[in-house]
Amino acid sequence: MTVWFVPRDAAALSVGADAVAAALEARGEHVVRTGSRGLLWLEPLVERADSRDGTRVGWSNVQAGDLSEGVLSEAAANFLGIVEELDYLACQNRWIYERVGIIDPVDPDDYVSHGGMAGLQRALEMSPMSVVQAVTESGLRGRGGAGFPTGIKWQTVAEQAPVPHKGDPVDAPRHKYICVNADEGDSGTFADRMLMEGDPFCLLEGMAIAAHAVGADRGMIYLRSEYPAAIAVMSDAIEKARARGWLGESILGSSCNFDVTIRVGAGSYVCGEETAMLESLEGRRGTVRAKPPLPAIEGLFGTPTVINNVLTIASVPSILARGPEAYAELGQERSRGTQVFQLAGNIARGGIVEVAFGISAHELIFGLGQGTKSGKPLKAVQVGGPLGAYLTADALQVPMAYESLAAEGAMLGHGGLVVFDDSVDMAEQARFAMEFCVEESCGKCTPCRIGAVRGVEVIDDLLASDAPENAEQLLRDLCDVMTQGSLCAMGGLTPQPVLSALDQFPEDFKRVAVRVDVAAQGVVHE
Amino acid sequence: MNKPIEIAIEDLDLGTPAALSESTVTVHIDGKAVDVPAGTSIMRAASLAGTQIPKLCATDSLDAHGSCRLCLVEVEGRKGTPASCTTPCQEGMSVKTQTPRLDKLRKGVMELYISDHPLDCLTCSANGDCELQDMAGVVGLRSVRYEEGSNHLDAGKDNSNPYFSFDASKCIVCSRCVRACSEVQGTFALTIAARGFESKVSPSEENAFLDSECVSCGACVQACPTATLQEKQVIDLGVPTRKVKTTCAYCGVGCSFVAELRGDELVRMVPDKQGGANAGHSCVKGRFAWGYATHSDRITRPMVRETTDSEWREVEWPEAIAFAADRFKAIQQKHGIDALGGITSSRCTNEEVYVVQKMVRASLQTNNVDTCARVCHSPTGYGLKQTFGTSAGTQDFASVQQADVIMVIGANPTDAHPVFGSRMKRRLREGAKLIVIDPRSIDLVKSPHIKATSHLQLQPGTNVAVVNALAHVIATEGWIDEAFVQERCDVASFNAWRRFISLPENSPENLAEISGVAAETIREAAATYAKAGNSAIYYGLGVTEHSQGSTMVMAMANLAMATGNIGRDGVGINPLRGQNNVQGACDMGSFPHEFSGYRHVSDETAREQFTALWGVDLREEPGMRIPNMLDAAISGNFRGMYIQGEDIAQSDPNSQHVAAALSAMDCVVVQDLFLNETSKFAHVFLPGTSFLEKDGTFTNAERRINRVRPVVPPASGLAEWEVTCALSEAMGYTMDYANASEIMDEIAALTPTFAGVSFDLLDERGSIQWPCNEQAPEGTPIMHAQRFVRGEGQFVTTPYVPTDERSTRKFPLLLTTGRILSQYNVGAQTRRTDNTVWHAEDILEIHEADAELRGVADGDWIEVASRAGSTRMRAHISDDIPAGVVYTTFHHPVSGTNVITTDNSDWATNCPEYKVTAVEIRPSSAIAVGM
Repeated sequence: MTVWFVPRDAAALSVGADAVAAALEARGEHVVRTGSRGLLWLEPLVERADSRDGTRVGWSNVQAGDLSEGVLSEAAANFLGIVEELDYLACQNRWIYERVGIIDPVDPDDYVSHGGMAGLQRALEMSPMSVVQAVTESGLRGRGGAGFPTGIKWQTVAEQAPVPHKGDPVDAPRHKYICVNADEGDSGTFADRMLMEGDPFCLLEGMAIAAHAVGADRGMIYLRSEYPAAIAVMSDAIEKARARGWLGESILGSSCNFDVTIRVGAGSYVCGEETAMLESLEGRRGTVRAKPPLPAIEGLFGTPTVINNVLTIASVPSILARGPEAYAELGQERSRGTQVFQLAGNIARGGIVEVAFGISAHELIFGLGQGTKSGKPLKAVQVGGPLGAYLTADALQVPMAYESLAAEGAMLGHGGLVVFDDSVDMAEQARFAMEFCVEESCGKCTPCRIGAVRGVEVIDDLLASDAPENAEQLLRDLCDVMTQGSLCAMGGLTPQPVLSALDQFPEDFKRVAVRVDVAAQGVVHE
Repeated sequence: MNKPIEIAIEDLDLGTPAALSESTVTVHIDGKAVDVPAGTSIMRAASLAGTQIPKLCATDSLDAHGSCRLCLVEVEGRKGTPASCTTPCQEGMSVKTQTPRLDKLRKGVMELYISDHPLDCLTCSANGDCELQDMAGVVGLRSVRYEEGSNHLDAGKDNSNPYFSFDASKCIVCSRCVRACSEVQGTFALTIAARGFESKVSPSEENAFLDSECVSCGACVQACPTATLQEKQVIDLGVPTRKVKTTCAYCGVGCSFVAELRGDELVRMVPDKQGGANAGHSCVKGRFAWGYATHSDRITRPMVRETTDSEWREVEWPEAIAFAADRFKAIQQKHGIDALGGITSSRCTNEEVYVVQKMVRASLQTNNVDTCARVCHSPTGYGLKQTFGTSAGTQDFASVQQADVIMVIGANPTDAHPVFGSRMKRRLREGAKLIVIDPRSIDLVKSPHIKATSHLQLQPGTNVAVVNALAHVIATEGWIDEAFVQERCDVASFNAWRRFISLPENSPENLAEISGVAAETIREAAATYAKAGNSAIYYGLGVTEHSQGSTMVMAMANLAMATGNIGRDGVGINPLRGQNNVQGACDMGSFPHEFSGYRHVSDETAREQFTALWGVDLREEPGMRIPNMLDAAISGNFRGMYIQGEDIAQSDPNSQHVAAALSAMDCVVVQDLFLNETSKFAHVFLPGTSFLEKDGTFTNAERRINRVRPVVPPASGLAEWEVTCALSEAMGYTMDYANASEIMDEIAALTPTFAGVSFDLLDERGSIQWPCNEQAPEGTPIMHAQRFVRGEGQFVTTPYVPTDERSTRKFPLLLTTGRILSQYNVGAQTRRTDNTVWHAEDILEIHEADAELRGVADGDWIEVASRAGSTRMRAHISDDIPAGVVYTTFHHPVSGTNVITTDNSDWATNCPEYKVTAVEIRPSSAIAVGM
């Protein structure tokens, strides 16, 4: 029986995927809704197979109107051939994203038949400490940006005894929590969203493995309100997982009891900072907590808490299923396994690329992404979100890994790359970084609260001044105070794009000088 | 007369609270080794090592916040510059607090602060008392390079609170006020609204302070490092120039304060961080409501009059003393020695009380002395003496921090003992369970971050039934601490008690109907109390002011003994005493049957000691209690009274009866600050001293003896004890003291529990909890630790006997009374302050069903009538009380609450049954008549 696959991912929906699916169904076709393959310039990418698990061929950029004449033809210009053989996919090494775009995200059977639950099965056969050990051996590090070794974090939580919520009586129920940070706020990042929309059981399975490993009984997913489709899919998946015994009491017949709830964020970027996220989860204003205490020791409601990014937790099922050694073989230095890169901005072929650490930015942008979408020369690439540094066109050979990027004064962050062509004004970008901090600062610490506002003003002064040296010195001093003085990474990293722009593109900051030159020339011409 | 006292006032702020760990770590601060408890912040360790790290958001009364970023340090082997306030010390850590890098960072942070702050230091009301100013100096900020940009300089002022002002333009958003309101006071009235640069302090939901949940405790003002939250007095008068440590004269918590003055003008009262009772916290009364001391109503010159219908005549002291002495002598000649008596005041110092009772016993030669504690906590003294052997609470306030279960009975700590209430709330927020036994839904039942595990909302007058039912469950479920009972208690009395309490008549099921509390609720509460590690009982006048007040005190003592909840931290039986020195007034021998230290006047040994030192023979038979004196006055046998600081015509029950008794006397001498209800019946008015003028000691509810130091000279020219001594002298008996300290020395010589107490020791230690003697030279925070004072704990059987005062067809509602936060007792002090903005009149709370039945709407004037009398006030419909019960306060004389209370009283001590009066309510169109 012919089966059609149409993504239900928000990126596909935004270009008409629902209408396509409806049109196919109207023709009497059997349609399965899937996540997105992550080849976003091709969406809606419609696939067809002779059976549910048969080889899939695809068509790009399908619109409902294309189906008025009949079903899609292999002779059509937008016919892609076998989807898995597309270069963009063929070169990837998908662990986290192994099922995304392939399965119906909310069909538990589809999940299991594509290898789902093997990791949890394996974990439940192991002692909790062996699971922690396996995660440690895999070399997995936090994918939220900080890159902290996941096994060590789990180990810390595993070593703590569960405690009652802070403020509850001593004889109140004792808990540990697994909190998943799905407040994916970085510009140019979408891997968490696409994973949750495309393979939500993978995240739940990872959480259950974490719960077994550290002895947690409760899980929370802090999911941003800007992701309504992800909220819907995750909610549906949680219901179904409970019905299957994948969550709740005695998971898969084991002694592990663990359940998950979703908390929806309220639009604050800084709530993606883990301690602000905890405050928000506890129902308070999303402001940053000082550390220590570490959340692993005193986290949500005062209990020992694992806080991991979506991609970190979603890495775990395949690590357990395929073995930590296989994962650790990938990558370089202390950047092991795969990273889900997200290509965005001014790029011809934007999307998801999951490959081992070590691929160069150049290969990602020019090999896979095929350069700027505008066709103009590339000027800069911002790596790691709005607080990340800019790589110049000359610096793109750097291998994408924690250590090599740090050596360049940059950071991997959540794995997003935003490409700019030569029309970008880097001074405006620097100003925007400060503006972003003004907008998103929680307001707790002084360097961020007042510093960001002054940052915008000083950049304005610098750009308007005919003697910018003083303003530049003040800006650098301010960046120093923000970097070293801020309570969290919000204020602490804001200077990174500012200084990166200032240092690498000084000419963009010399507007008055340029004007004066022009004026001077004008005088000469007169 | 007073030797000048120089008490060091420690201003040092260590930045973060003490860590409680018992293990120690050694850290090196700029090369200097210092040992601190594990968990101590680097900031605090540095302070202890003598290095003050710059800070703005940190203060040692609040948990570290880490927001100002001035306190950054370098730690060897770590990257970055962590905040020293939020970073705990670790063994061997090496910290640098001063480096060029840190200097530059701190300057940079300060530059940001000042870029958004008015540059009006010279004219700022906090000039010289501003941490922001201090820190700008410390970090050496010399210029602000930022040009004028976005700022908050136009943010407005909120002057709605009568005592302090909020100037948002000076706010540095350090959150100290918000944290103080949450952590210290526990009201959660303040928050930060908005975020980022727009962040601002917001009372409630951006209300004015006065319209918010703010209770004006002053903690935010205290915490504010700038002029943002500041006392209006400081704004008006300027920064104080000298300081005197003293003790608040409102409730029995006994908070220590630093009085800050300019010359002899009091500018503000600041709670003392070293204060044993309050540890730096305060309430609206102690912090702000002291203006009555200089109110124009103060009488500062002695006055006499021939008859109570003639005009007062101001006279000099000798004439007033002679006038009183002549009349007293004449009365004794004509009507006998026992026709005179005295009442000591719980508002006065131990020394003042002591000399009054000494004058009565030694000079007037009668034991007719009593005290206003008669009408509040006399059952506490009786009940705890019978069971434990000491007429006082068993714990210090700090003990509550160790309690797992807190049972609050007939008390409303957040209103009547607010500073202790905050301490209790802090423990409740930490997870202690709460059982409330009260007809009213007091604030503690449900307030921010606090919810009572059980609320036993009983019918007024059924306390004993409920506590018996609790004990019944504990005894019959096998939850008795047998080991404690066997080892520490009188086993025969315990066995008798166990038999009695196990009787079916004491079961919750049997008592449910009488008490109005479901059996299941009682069973749950019994389990909560009995099964916890540490359970503590706190109670107030809702226990004592009943016909079974003493029974109830003993019933609670039984409960504590039976469950082993006595003799260590976190447990005990704790009376929350009403007046500042009610404990002390009782300790000082104010009762007609007892010398100081609760020794009976018939006790030969004790009496001989007094006789020897006082050089006069003393009577061995007890004198009359207040109600007996009043009754005797009406029958003509009692003709004169010395009334020290107590308005019995307003505060004692059945006001008509009191008035009749006072009218029948030939000489009533009133020693007070103001003319009051009682002085209407007086012939001699002796101006008293406010607490700001006193030199002596107060003893609070935890037996803590606190020094009261003269802040300003007595307005009348004489200390009260000097006046009492003068009258005694005029009556023929000399009491010769050079100063108050000598009076305490005599108290110590004659009172075993005070044997070690002296002003010198108090000045040295700050305060001492009695007993303080050879066995306990540093005092006794927790009593009955090894053994009960009486030897073995005595169980007393406590059958429930319903009060005669019950609802009838004619008076179908039960009236009970209480206090509110902003007013104090009969309001003589607080009504003469701006506290009236919160409580301008007494209001009757009535349940919706009862109101509807009677056609009463919210705010209506109503008439409240009992069999004793009637009065008028306004009604407020409230669901804090159950149907059938009405509630009011007694802070305003115009409402005449005690006109309707009856002369029922506790069987053992005559403590009046204020808490139960059968009444009827009817709408009244009449407007209350001013008095």
